[in-house]
Amino acid sequence: MSGAVLRAEDVTMRFGGLTALSKFNIELRPKELVGLIGPNGAGKTTAFNALSGVYAPTEGSVILGGVRVNGLRPHQVCALGIARTFQNIRLFKNLSALDNVRIACHARGHGPLWEPLLGTSGHEVREGRMEATARELLEVMGLGDLADAQAKNLPYGLQRRLEIARALGAEPKVLCLDEPAAGMNATETAALMSLIHDIRDRFGVAVLLIEHDMKLVMGISERLIVLDHGVTISSGKPEDVRKDPKVIEAYLGVEDGHKALDSEAA
Amino acid sequence: MSEFLQHIVNGVSVGTNYALIALGYTMVYGVLKLINFAHGDVYMVGAFAGYFIAHAIGVAAEGYEPSLFNTALVFVGSMGVCALLGYLIERLAYRPLRDRPRLTSLITAIGISFLLEYGFQLPAWAGLPIEFPPGPSPRFFPELFPRTVWLEVWDVAFSNYDVIALGTALALMLALQFIVYRTKFGVAMRAVSFDPNSAALMGIPVDRVISITFALGSALAGAAALLMAISHPRIDPLMGMMPGLKAFVAAVFGGIGSVPGAMVGGILLGLSEEMVAGYALSSFRDAIAFAILIGVLLVRPEGLFGRRTSEKV
Amino acid sequence: MRALRSLAPFLLGAPVFWLVQCYAPPTLAIVLLMAGVNVILAVSLNMVNGFTGQFSLGHAGFMAIGAYTTAKITLALGDPAGGVPPWLWSNGVFLLALLAGMGLSALMGLMVGVPSLRLRGDYLAIVTLGFNEIIRVLIENVRWLGGATGISGVPPYTTLVWVGLAALATVVTAQRLLCSTHGRAMLSVREDEVAAEAMGVDTVGYKVRAFALSAAFAGLGGGLLGHYILLVTPKSFTFVKSIEVVVMVVLGGMGSISGATLAAVLLTGALELMRGLDQYRMVMYSLLLVVLMLARPTGLFGTREIWEFWGAKKKKAAA
Repeated sequence: MSGAVLRAEDVTMRFGGLTALSKFNIELRPKELVGLIGPNGAGKTTAFNALSGVYAPTEGSVILGGVRVNGLRPHQVCALGIARTFQNIRLFKNLSALDNVRIACHARGHGPLWEPLLGTSGHEVREGRMEATARELLEVMGLGDLADAQAKNLPYGLQRRLEIARALGAEPKVLCLDEPAAGMNATETAALMSLIHDIRDRFGVAVLLIEHDMKLVMGISERLIVLDHGVTISSGKPEDVRKDPKVIEAYLGVEDGHKALDSEAA
Repeated sequence: MSEFLQHIVNGVSVGTNYALIALGYTMVYGVLKLINFAHGDVYMVGAFAGYFIAHAIGVAAEGYEPSLFNTALVFVGSMGVCALLGYLIERLAYRPLRDRPRLTSLITAIGISFLLEYGFQLPAWAGLPIEFPPGPSPRFFPELFPRTVWLEVWDVAFSNYDVIALGTALALMLALQFIVYRTKFGVAMRAVSFDPNSAALMGIPVDRVISITFALGSALAGAAALLMAISHPRIDPLMGMMPGLKAFVAAVFGGIGSVPGAMVGGILLGLSEEMVAGYALSSFRDAIAFAILIGVLLVRPEGLFGRRTSEKV
Repeated sequence: MRALRSLAPFLLGAPVFWLVQCYAPPTLAIVLLMAGVNVILAVSLNMVNGFTGQFSLGHAGFMAIGAYTTAKITLALGDPAGGVPPWLWSNGVFLLALLAGMGLSALMGLMVGVPSLRLRGDYLAIVTLGFNEIIRVLIENVRWLGGATGISGVPPYTTLVWVGLAALATVVTAQRLLCSTHGRAMLSVREDEVAAEAMGVDTVGYKVRAFALSAAFAGLGGGLLGHYILLVTPKSFTFVKSIEVVVMVVLGGMGSISGATLAAVLLTGALELMRGLDQYRMVMYSLLLVVLMLARPTGLFGTREIWEFWGAKKKKAAA
């Protein structure tokens, strides 16, 4: 048990009468690449929000590196080791790519507020270190030449990559990617998936990857968790999950009444 | 006891006034999510419009016989002027900015507010039939009909002014409630308030709905101004500033976007001001509204009748 | 060496301001002095309205705190003691008083920053306006602070050198802040609060810090103003004054330090030219605000600095 970097136990999210996520469990070991899949509206992003502190779970607990984090504010959760991207890209649009990444470096690299105001040497050293880290991350994500470009002027695919670079700037133990390939074509997607694989190896982070397209994550995930209507309907190795009738049903829909009755009975 | 009753009467009278102005804020905020900062100044313009109309029809003249027709004329005229002003402000200053960040409209609204406040303080232009702009010194609203005491309880006099102000205010609020919840226009208005883009896709003429909303809210401010001017005849170009801000507080207090909320918020605010000023510290009157505002926003930002909303991530 | 570098702007600025003070004609000196105070106000408000993207309408409230604190201290310590030469005493007391005023304003800024934890945009604007009015009403009710008539007979300590150095300090602070990781954290709050929070930025903390820092410099501006017009009254610090400062920031472009500086100087100059037409002053302000929002809502410079435009032009010419 102690080997897990991130553990969620029976996390439930309710909004008014709606249960968006019910008894969600996950255990993420270091450097593991886990896919979280499910049809649209299955509660994947809700799970992310509950893990990263955007929402405080209604029930259950989220444990990150041995610390219970639910109820903490997102920046505190981030400091403890989760960084994420957003489904609908949320870059700091008017700032440069470099600044976007440097802002994520802030939490781990800043000194007291008066330092820059007085222009101390400690401050300059810190700034230098942050800039070096940020430039390296941009390089890794293939944005090395675009450090000074405004985020909003980058093409869509590169914006997605910049978001990942930014998340890495926070030096996370767990990297949560919310549909990083959304809106990309097949070639771009394939390149991105192999890049995610490399990132995992290079930075030693555990990756939790949301995707609604099952085929994409099959190849790179070591384990899959499948959500439907907020409920975990299946989990395990990709090849097992693929064969699971409940997963097939959730994805393909119910073809006849008997099947529906069968699955309800089960 | 009579002092207490007197405070209640005063509080309700000020409060209904706030409530009428607050309705304009609430309606506009409902459809546009904009704090129409200039609303208090529309109220001021309403008072001056009534003043000029009353003079034009000879209310201030020697030997004027009070008539219901003339009184109604002043009211309708002034409400009309306000409705037109509200329409113009929306059309010229807010509509071009509708797709910009909300703060842009807020800044514009502040600009319009100051333009009216300080524009009205300028010396009168030559060659106009009326003395306009009226200049900084206060004017006195002519008496539309004499004040008579109708009822006396524990030395507290209830005059026809009090009763007419309260009655008119309530009637206007009921009319508004009817419009918002029982008419086709009301449905359109609520649809726009919920989601302007979808409303437009459903064939609702969003621009027209917003224009009419502004006109309606502004007309109510005009009515509020006249009801106030009848009992407190001193009017000046800055008279809308404080009531405007306080009415906004009332709207937030009651829950912005809610018609009954604006009424309850207005009356509660009027009462609390009157009570604190009457029994504790009269010079703190102007701070009370803001203290309430800060308290409400900290404890229950959606107000008494409002609905909580949260940002989707 | 490093200390020298961080003090360089002031070491260079001081003699310049002193020369201007000695040789500038009195009318120009007055305009420059007022411009300097306005630069302090506009640049400091920009830290909240421009950097963190919050909208404060309560700057004058902080000015009031600074002005009253400073005036109270200089009045209490009016007479030199212990054989200190009068010029040294008065300037020393003034410095002390200004710092105290900044401190108290900053404290008030922290208190006002607290509601900003939960509010955004227009609601925050209204609440800061409310704080502004509450501060004013409270002051009006304290006899020790002179009530509604205020404090008169404030010593004339404000000189062009003082204002120049203070304005320089404000601009330098803002600039150093903006180029640091703390400044970027503030910008991230403006750009996208949710994302900033997710990236580990304590958004609430930075809003509060921005409020406190901005309030401190507003207090500095208030203190200098009080010791120039020799009178501190609640009437000078209504939200109308706050809005004047907002106009400067909006005109310059929210987020642009050089923009706010230039706008403050330009507006002060323009008002000086309109002297005697006082009644048109606020009309002009409001018209400017409306026209600006309709025609160029990002202000003269947007979030950029003046030299960035110059650079862009050069690049275009080269290409």
